[in-house]
Parts: sequence; C-alpha cells; structure tokens
Amino acid sequence: MKLLPSWLREFVDVPADDQALARDLTRAGINIEGISCEREHTVFEAEITTNRPDAMNHYGVAREAAAIYDAELKALSAEAPPSSAAAGPGRVRIEIQDAEGCARYTARIIRGIRIGPSPEHIRRRLELLGSSSISNIVDASNYTLQEMGHPTHAFDLDRLAGGRILVRRARKGETLKTLDGVERKLEPEDVVIADAEKPVALAGIMGGSNSMITPETRNVLVESAWFDPAPVRRTARRLGMHTDASHRFERGADWGGTALACARVAKLIVETGGGELDGDEIDVVARQVGGATVKLWESEIRRILGGAITDPEVPRILQRLGFAVKVNLDESASYAVKVPTWRLDVEQQIDLIEELARIYGYDRFPDTLPSFAGAVVELPAAKADSVARSTLLALGYSETISMSFISAEAARQFSAAGLAVVQNPVNDEASAMRTSLVPGMLAMLERNLNRGNATARLFEMGHVFELIGDRTDERPMLCIGATGDAMPQSVHQPARPYSFFDLKGDIEALLGRFELGRVECELPDSSSPAGWLQPGRSARIVADGAALGQFGEVRPGALPELKMRQAVYVAELNLQRLYERGLRKIRFQEPSRYPAIERDFSFIFPPSVHFNEVRSAIDAVRIPELRGFAPIEIFRGGAITAGAYSLLLRATFQSNERTLRDQDVADWSVQITAALEKLGGTLRSQ
Amino acid sequence: MGSSFILIPSPCKGDTRVYSVPKLDDYSLPALDGLAGDLTSALKAESAAVRNEQEWKAFRDRWLSRKSGIVTQLNDLLKAAPKESKREVGQRVNQLRALIEEQVAAAGRQASAPGRAGDQLDITLPGIRRPLGAEHPIIRTMNEVVAVFKAMGYSVAEGPEIETDYFNFEALNFPPNHPARDTQDTLFIAGQERKPQRERLVLRTHTSPVQIRAMMASPPPLRIVCPGKVHRRDAADATHSPMFHQLECLAVDSNITFSDLKGTLDHMCKALFGSSVKTRFQPSFFPFTEPSAEVYVSCPFCGARGCRICKQSGWIELGGSGMVHPNVFEAVRGYGYDPAKISGFAFGMGIDRMAALRWDIHDIQLFFEGDVRFLEQFA
Repeated sequence: MKLLPSWLREFVDVPADDQALARDLTRAGINIEGISCEREHTVFEAEITTNRPDAMNHYGVAREAAAIYDAELKALSAEAPPSSAAAGPGRVRIEIQDAEGCARYTARIIRGIRIGPSPEHIRRRLELLGSSSISNIVDASNYTLQEMGHPTHAFDLDRLAGGRILVRRARKGETLKTLDGVERKLEPEDVVIADAEKPVALAGIMGGSNSMITPETRNVLVESAWFDPAPVRRTARRLGMHTDASHRFERGADWGGTALACARVAKLIVETGGGELDGDEIDVVARQVGGATVKLWESEIRRILGGAITDPEVPRILQRLGFAVKVNLDESASYAVKVPTWRLDVEQQIDLIEELARIYGYDRFPDTLPSFAGAVVELPAAKADSVARSTLLALGYSETISMSFISAEAARQFSAAGLAVVQNPVNDEASAMRTSLVPGMLAMLERNLNRGNATARLFEMGHVFELIGDRTDERPMLCIGATGDAMPQSVHQPARPYSFFDLKGDIEALLGRFELGRVECELPDSSSPAGWLQPGRSARIVADGAALGQFGEVRPGALPELKMRQAVYVAELNLQRLYERGLRKIRFQEPSRYPAIERDFSFIFPPSVHFNEVRSAIDAVRIPELRGFAPIEIFRGGAITAGAYSLLLRATFQSNERTLRDQDVADWSVQITAALEKLGGTLRSQ
Repeated sequence: MGSSFILIPSPCKGDTRVYSVPKLDDYSLPALDGLAGDLTSALKAESAAVRNEQEWKAFRDRWLSRKSGIVTQLNDLLKAAPKESKREVGQRVNQLRALIEEQVAAAGRQASAPGRAGDQLDITLPGIRRPLGAEHPIIRTMNEVVAVFKAMGYSVAEGPEIETDYFNFEALNFPPNHPARDTQDTLFIAGQERKPQRERLVLRTHTSPVQIRAMMASPPPLRIVCPGKVHRRDAADATHSPMFHQLECLAVDSNITFSDLKGTLDHMCKALFGSSVKTRFQPSFFPFTEPSAEVYVSCPFCGARGCRICKQSGWIELGGSGMVHPNVFEAVRGYGYDPAKISGFAFGMGIDRMAALRWDIHDIQLFFEGDVRFLEQFA
C-alpha cells in the first residue's frame, strides 16, 4: 500500500527526513519497499505484514513512528458536527441478529446532502495514493480508510426499505447485485446487511447496487461496523472477491474504532456535501472484541531477548504503541498490559516481547553463539546417498532436477497404485505427482536432443509418490539417462555410441559400492506397468531375489508426446531397496606375490545358452585359484551355424601360496571344459 | 592360444615376419574354420600393433603383396582345393580377403593419424578426456549450507514432501482459515474433502513441518538443519517455480535467546560469503516464530557498494527467521517441549534463489531443464 509521509507528519513530529523515516519504519517492521516522488510529494510503497491490519493506514503508521522516535502521537478528533435538534435516534432501527458475524454496528444519518466532487486536497491525496476520486460521499469513506484504517460504507437511506438495518445471515436463494455489477448468489454462511425486505450489502466486503449512492442521493446512512474475520473471509473467498474492506476485516479491524470512523466520515460528508446530521450516532454492540490484559514478566523478556532491554524502556515502548501499562504488579516486577482494540494480533506475552524487540531495534542486540551439548546425528541414508551421487558424478553423469509433476496419463503408465493428484495444479497438463522419474528424464533427454545436444548423460535422485488409500507412499528413486556417444570422435579414436552395455556397466559400478550378494539381470517382467523399455534390449535388476529396478533402451513412442531423434537409454532404481543393503564392506586380501597364468578357451555355444549360465557353470566348478574369468570375444556368422556363436573366454589363475604348475592349470582347464561342454558348448581349440 | 594350424614365420628378409599359409590335406569344414579363425586372430593382433607408417607398410605387404602376401596364398589355396570343396573354400577366402583389406585400411588411417608423426607424438593435441559429471548447482549450494550448520553441531533431518495440513500449517500456528495461509499458495492433493482438515494432504509449502517432526522424534536440546523440496502454486517464470528448495534450521535448548539467533546466522553468512559480510535483521511476520525477522546479508558481490545483483541496495535478502513461537512448542509439549522452560530459534532460506544469485543465473527454469550445456558448467 501507498503512504504519504507528509500525512504521517500531521500526526507526529518526525525528527528525520523522509529517507530516514522510511529506513527507521522498515527496521521496526513497517517495510517501506520503495520511495517515489509524484507531483512533488514523497510517496512510500509499504508492504504491511498480514498480522498488522492496524498499520494499513496513516494514523497507524504514525503511531509506529511515535514509538520509534519516542514522540507524541496527536489525537484524532472523534467530534462530529452538530446534529439537528428535531432528529432522534429512533428513526432507523438497527438490529444485529448475527452476533457471531457482527460484533458492533455504529451508524450515523445525514440528511440533505448534495453529491458532487470532493475538494482538491482530498482528491489529490486519494490520487497520490492510487485510488481514484469518485464523489464527495464515496471519497469521505475512502479518505477515512486511508487516514485511520476503519472501513465504512454509505447507503442511500431512502432506498433502505422499512427504514431499518438488520445484520443477519443470508437466506437460501437470496441474491445481491454488488456494486461491481455482479449478481451474487448468497448462501446461509454469508453475513449480510439487510433492510426490511432484502440484503443491501455483503457485510465487510461490498455494498449492493440496490442501495448505492447515486447523483440523486440526498440522505445517507453511514455504516461503521466490526465484522468477524472468519465469515468475511469465507464469503469473500467463495465469491472470489477481495476489497479494501474485506482485506482489513479478514485480518481483524478495530472494534473500538467504529465510532471514531463514523464520526470522521460524517464530518467529511457534511464538510464536502453539506447536509445535517440527523440525531446522534446509533451504536449497537453485540459483543466486545479485544482489549484484553496480558501479563508480562521481566524474566521472560530476559529469557527470550537476553538482557538488552532495560526496565524503563519496557513501558515507554508499549505506551507509545497505545498499550496501557501497569508497572510493578507484584514482587516479580511484572507488567499488566492492556492491549488496545486495534491490536488483535497481540494475545500473549511473546507478542509483547516482539513489540519491545522491534521498536528497540533488532540490530542493537548483540550477536552471540549458543553453547550446545549434543551429538551430530546423520540421516540413515546420508552416507549411501553421497556415495551413490559421487559414483555417478565420477562416471560422467550430471545431476539434474526435474519437476515433481507429470501428466496423469504418464503417472498411470508407471504405477498401478493410486495417484496423488494435485487438486489445483499450476498446469493442467501436469497434475499428478510423479510415480516415476522416467517421464521427467525422457523429457530432459528429448529437450537436449531438440536443442542440438546430441550427447547427454544425466541422473536424478528424487521422490516418487503414490496414494494408497489414505496413506501416501513417498520413495526415493534414482534415474539414469543417456544418449549419444560414449566416446566422442577425436584424432585418437573413432566415436563410439553409448550402448546398453555402457549403461549396464555403470549400473554395475554403482551397485558394486553396495553390499549386494548376487546381482542378476533378468528379462523385464512382461506384466510390469512400464512397457517403456525395448523388449530384448532391456533388463530387470534383481539382487538376492529382490527387484532393484530396470534399465535399457527406451522403446520408441514409450511416451506418446515425446519424439526422440536417436536411441536413448534409461535406468530407474529403487534407492530405498539399494540403501537397505548398506555400503559394501571392504574386505582386504593380501595381493599374491606369485605369477598369474592366463588361459583362453574358445567355445561354440548354441543360441539358447546365455552368458550368465556360462558364468554359473564355471562358478560351480569352484576353483579357488580362478581369480578372473571374462568373455573376451564373441563371433557369429562365418563358419558358425546360424544362431550359434563362438565365445572366447579368458581365465586367470593365481595362488597366494605358491607358483602354479602347468599341471594345475591343465587340470582346471579340463574341469572348466567339461563344465562348459555339459552346458552344450563345443570346444573349438585348445 | 594354442593352434593346430601354424603360420610359419619364414626365415627370409631379416626381422620382417612373413607368414605362410599351410597347405591343407583336409578341406573339411572344421579344418577350414580353424584356418580362418587363426588368420583372423593374427590379422587383428597385427593390425592393432601398427604404430607408424613404416610398420603399416610392412603389415600391408605381409597380407596384401601380390608376390607372397597372405591373400595371394589364399588364392593358391583355393586353386588347389578339390572340386567338391571349391564352393566352401571360395566363400571363406572371399570373407577373409574383405576382412584383410578392411583391417589394412583401418591400420593405415591409424598410422597416419595426426598424433603419429613417426614415434614422436604431437603432444599439443588435446588429451583423451573422460567427461566428469557435474554436481547440480542447487544440490551443491544446499550441501555447502548444510556443511556450515553441521560444523556448528546441527544434525540433518528430513520429512515428506506430501504433508498433512496439521504439520504444514496447524502445528506451526497457522490456524484454519487464517489469512497467513493465503501467502503460502498451497497446492492441495485432490480427494481429501471427507477428511478432517488437519489430516488433509498438501504439498508442503515450506520445510518447516520438519521442525515439528524432529521435535516429536527427539527431546531438547535439538539442533537440526533440514534441506528439501517444497511446492507452491506459482506459475513457472524466470524468478518463480512451482517446485523449489528450502533449507531450514532449528535450535532448541533451555537458554536460547534472540542474540543467539543473530549470532548463529551472522556466523553462517560469514562462513558462506566471507568474513567481511555483515548481517541485518528486520522485523517480519511468520506465524511460527516470534519475534520474527527477515535476514539480510551485505551484498558479497559488490562489497555492499550497490550492484545489479543487490538492486543497488547493498543488501541481499537471505530468508526468514525468528524465535520459535510458544504455540509451536505447545503442539509438541508432550514430547518434552514446555514453552515456559525452553526456547529456540528457526531459520529458513530459499536455495534456488541463492544459487541463482551466486552464479548470476537470470532464469531459474534453467535449474530444472536438464540441459547439459547448463549443467556441465558446474563440473
């Protein structure tokens, strides 16, 4: 909101220029975000926090300045112009039926006014504050709002049927055309101002056009009421309305300020529109709001703030802010503090302590470091997380972060369980919480390819979400994605495209850092909801019988909205299951001092034999001296029967106790050959 | 590998190896395949060993020379083959010839590659570099701030990203229907209408619910730092994202004062931005702290002289902080947090904005696009 420092200065003598005033207000919590100069007037742009509706006007901010500078705050006159002798308060009957919605209703009646423009000084101020001048009657209300903050409303008295005001809940089926010209359907939760027949205003939000001020209006009723925040807020939200009035009532207006506001508006109307007050103010009180007394202990101030604020400063600061302070209430040197009705935010001791701290000045408190006795506890997964991350970084994958939201279709494609759907998504196309990191990864890979980044290696660690009944399941997952070259072309070597086995090898390297027993690649479960992987070029990772994830080449069209220009490879792993295994323990073994012997075996295998069977067969032979066993070459075609393949295997033998003899190696070779022949292999050469 | 067929090194021409293809007595298929396999292995081994132009020429002559090259010898083999085996033998000879030509050509390219001027390397050529993965700038910033707090004795805590209304709001002193909730731009999980308000699910709008969870998990004294993702209903643009990262700290003990809050955050800023920065605390409002303060650090980019990054103000807004509100302790009183006996402070900051300021990144969407040209700059 905008503030005119020149107006503030009418209420308090500020011993500082506008710049310093803005700085000092900001440091006390009245945040002046900008200072501008318009038509030779300084204008402050203030950001008032939601707990301080009392400071959303000039007088309220002047009160802050009075406390900051320890200066006198000039009183606002509540004196109304004289009323005509003939009139009496009985002319209009005001009744609050809904005491919950309306705690107080103060009104004044003015007769014989003339609608016209406001005088220059009022128009100028309103315009500087960014609110346009409408007419003397409407301006009187707006000007008072800017001046002292209480929202008021003027009705055309002659259009109020039955000469009465009733504050009640709306009846089912009632409607009201509000001043903005919109026909509003009312509900029984809405508090309305009604005349004898119909609603004439939405309480605390906006007046109705059936009772609005027109150029023909001669007699008005000025309303200055206190409406309860909850119903105002409820109705305003339901109807999508937000007005200057609702903004203040929602946050808590000043129950004690209704008469003052009413008198200020009436005075302005009579000054600018002529007319005469008809009788005294009509003030109906349904209940009292605010004005509680809060006890404040010296020891508590010290406990929270330290010893910086001294005794005499406590009452001084609070009194300048409008609190009534009784000192030395009992032997513990406490204060009894009566809270002014405009400070509904102050309910307990800590609220007063904050008042003291902010007016005293946060920057005047010394900086200290607390002593602490206690241990630093790591998250259970912290170490595993950091190992996984550093391994992937070392393998050349860059970490990415993608949005938690994906389309409901994609979310369903990756989860058979319930989706956590966002009720009010930012983007309707991405309304579900992700059930997999894969859609986000594919989108990022596609984006890279579309932007001409032909090679990308990425990983993301993040949560996926499912809603199972009333329970949410939130799991940490890892997604790896790659496309393009494993090795770029250079003078040293030709380019080598990234392949399934690059991804597999990197996954092996990652899994190798964890305490996993037997890790196997299986064909993907055909019933899995994925379907995003290319059959025959993808696998499921199973460790000791538990599925850890899946990986492979992505099936073209896996997600209909994505079009990849080249093959992309993606893996998704369940980090929770991986971390459960713990990090691999280091089991040191003395390196052998004896030479190693290598032997190659060339076998032809039928197509049905996979390498893992070869590996198992050799494992089953159990030769402790067999230190390594690797497939070196695969050859198909040529002389080899269609489908079958020739596999060159290299075995490394070594003992920690002795130099191996030729005969040892020959014996083991026979055992290995026998095992592989049993598997269906044919030895090509030895 | 042992072999039943032997390529015989001829003793002529000094140290230059010349191989002879043995005559076959037996043109059976296994015999032919054995020969083909041996030749292929030898070819590949020699091809890979070629290091320079001179070696390449010897290699080429050995295999392709008209006079005595292996290809010529293979042709002889074909000629000598019995009629009934001609088809099989011819097929293999053709395959081998193609393979030999290919290997010789490839070795030639290698030998004449620019790095290979004789045995001298052009050492000014770029090295063979393996790409390094890049730490994400947000993760990196988060880890650095966490490390500062860890060094001050803070433990790391975390909580779910989908929270209940109770943890995200109510326990943090945001009453139902309170206007302060409006400032949070909450994203709600659908289908929660039938539940009581406090059980309804929302995407956490801040990391502060972790404060409650941590206090429920362990009695005071407590010092925690909680980094994590949060979500708000903000359309994505250069300075907004519906998903972003926060870091929260909470210290609770029997003797924590407002000065401790100031001193701790001042220390944090000096650890992060250098010992010359200053901090400033400005009153603010957060339902779960009181007194509340915005934390500002003097601009480390211009030494507080005023620059584009600090918008000429000399100060950068870091985050919100304050003394823990007694109502928050009230919510966890049963876990050992009596608001009359203990006190504490909390601090929260946005990581994404901090990272953007630090590296002068003008569009925070770049953080979430996965563009390798962006990410790899942080390696």
